Amino acid sequence: MGPFVRIDFAKAGERRPGLDEAAALRAALGLASRDLSALSARTGGEAADMIEFQLALIDDEAVTGPAFGRVADGVAADAAWRWAMDGLIADYGAHPSENVRARGLDVADLRDRVLDALRGSPSPAPPPAGAVIAADDLPPSRFLEIDWSSGGGVALSGGSAMSHTAMLARARGVPMVVQVGELPYATQALIDAEQGFVELDPSAEQLRAFESRRAAHAVRSASVERVDQRSPATFRGETVRLLVNIEGPESLSHPAAAFADGVGLMRTEFLFQGRDEPPDEEAQLQAYAAVLRWARERPVSIRTLDAGGDKPIRGVSEAGEANPFLGLRGLRLSLRRPQVFAAQLRALGRAAVLGDLKVMFPMVTTPDEFVAAQALFRRTVEDLQAAGLEARLPELGMMVEVPAAALTIADFPAAFFSIGANDLAQFVAAADRANGAVSHLLDPTSPAMLELIRRVVDHGRATGKGVSLCGDVAGDAGRVLTLLNCGLRELSMSPSSLTAVKSAILESPQEAPLV
Amino acid sequence: MERKPPFSPKPQAPSSPHSSEDKAEGSVKLVHAVGMHARPAVKLSKLAKRFRSRIAVRVVGASEWIDAKSVAKVMAMRAPCDSTIEFVAAGTDALAAVGALTTLVANDFPDIDG
Repeated sequence: MGPFVRIDFAKAGERRPGLDEAAALRAALGLASRDLSALSARTGGEAADMIEFQLALIDDEAVTGPAFGRVADGVAADAAWRWAMDGLIADYGAHPSENVRARGLDVADLRDRVLDALRGSPSPAPPPAGAVIAADDLPPSRFLEIDWSSGGGVALSGGSAMSHTAMLARARGVPMVVQVGELPYATQALIDAEQGFVELDPSAEQLRAFESRRAAHAVRSASVERVDQRSPATFRGETVRLLVNIEGPESLSHPAAAFADGVGLMRTEFLFQGRDEPPDEEAQLQAYAAVLRWARERPVSIRTLDAGGDKPIRGVSEAGEANPFLGLRGLRLSLRRPQVFAAQLRALGRAAVLGDLKVMFPMVTTPDEFVAAQALFRRTVEDLQAAGLEARLPELGMMVEVPAAALTIADFPAAFFSIGANDLAQFVAAADRANGAVSHLLDPTSPAMLELIRRVVDHGRATGKGVSLCGDVAGDAGRVLTLLNCGLRELSMSPSSLTAVKSAILESPQEAPLV
Repeated sequence: MERKPPFSPKPQAPSSPHSSEDKAEGSVKLVHAVGMHARPAVKLSKLAKRFRSRIAVRVVGASEWIDAKSVAKVMAMRAPCDSTIEFVAAGTDALAAVGALTTLVANDFPDIDG
């Protein structure tokens, strides 16, 4: 709750080229460098890393050189700078590492800072302490310029909960809501980041309701600090296993990952992205071995390549499908690319001797597909052993993300099941995940979804087979109890959600509801 | 990114350490990933820029040499932990440059300036 302040970052307005564009660019870089140095002096942690990186970029001739080269060719300073930065952003955007892709946001932030300087748009005056800042979007370095020590919050018409600014806001406990649409002017604003809304000029009654929610939140936050040490998570006397979803070995550097009960989903697409040919067996083996070494005796579920759909992979997936989400993807595609699939299965068979490896196939629709993949894997392992290599057939499971599979789950001879809630929700609701206009239909805890989840869980309980759920909802502390009430006792989420989910489970009422 | 070595690295140490075009090379095993993380990338490129020599870096066996003074390129380098990276330097202070850089990596990127 605080005074409402609108910040409009000048986006439009092309710069009028001057006589000495090189000097203008140098001056803008100098100004950006001075502002960032001042900012760096009063920030720490991950934010300081970002600013140091931006400062180093300004001093990187491999970055600035091409921009000055364009200026020498007669291009305006802002266009030349934008071109150079956009090239770097595109390179980072195509990088297989999540960390490098995320740094693209820092580059975009630096790009905009220098463009502002070139256009002479004055830096917005610092807002009063404790203000609720409204803007279309808030670049991370602008967020850091604001003094948050006496409270305040951020309400963005656009923005994304996954942005760097959102991560900085979470780390500092600054409430922030995104995608709230057009915000009219107001004098006071109340922001409730937990419930995800902003109230302009709230009434006394709204304020009272907010204060009681805030008090409850403060109690919960205090317990989050201690939660990692308290293990394991239990719900109604049963252990709840909390696992992590990872993109590759480097995702494990997140501090919370150390407290995970294992890896519930290791995606393997990162190995195949940003390159012309699929990686060979050795390169894959190294990546799998690194994760198994990290996990020690904890289980690691690796998903075979899930190419296609929204994750096209050069040299593997089909181009030009009209409806790629429903096309040749996941296991369907792997079965059509026997060479690519065989290299992955060989690497997995060899990795299996190094730890508690489980392997699962994505987008399984019929039992035939699973049986075919299983037979292929068994032959692959026999070949490896015949060649004198150490290998074993790991436990084989499947992703449950196609409604047909969920409905006939007992027909699949898999050893375990992992419910892919994101895809299952889009197929159950016939609502494209990539289409914001139908996102209101994509509810992973809709009655239809819960019906399917229960079906798989019940089958697992009856047969003693493991059932886990991965997907964004597994990391949603507000809905974890709904999942546990369906009988799920294994959830796999991004490392950053672990603490909040564990806390929600530990703080939940542990008795069964009286019916 | 350079597709070829920026200058031809020799497999051996330089024959004359006091010529104006010294060449030096060295390799070191990574404790943590170098590329993909901002802090080590900034430290490595900053240290490289203190030397006059041209300095290139790559993961052993990689096809591309990377300009060690470019933070943008070092950031995008694919160097997972447990891999070995190598430096080659050419210039008047090549030996000192390679020595300093391998020490930085071997010590897992301590804070240089405090």
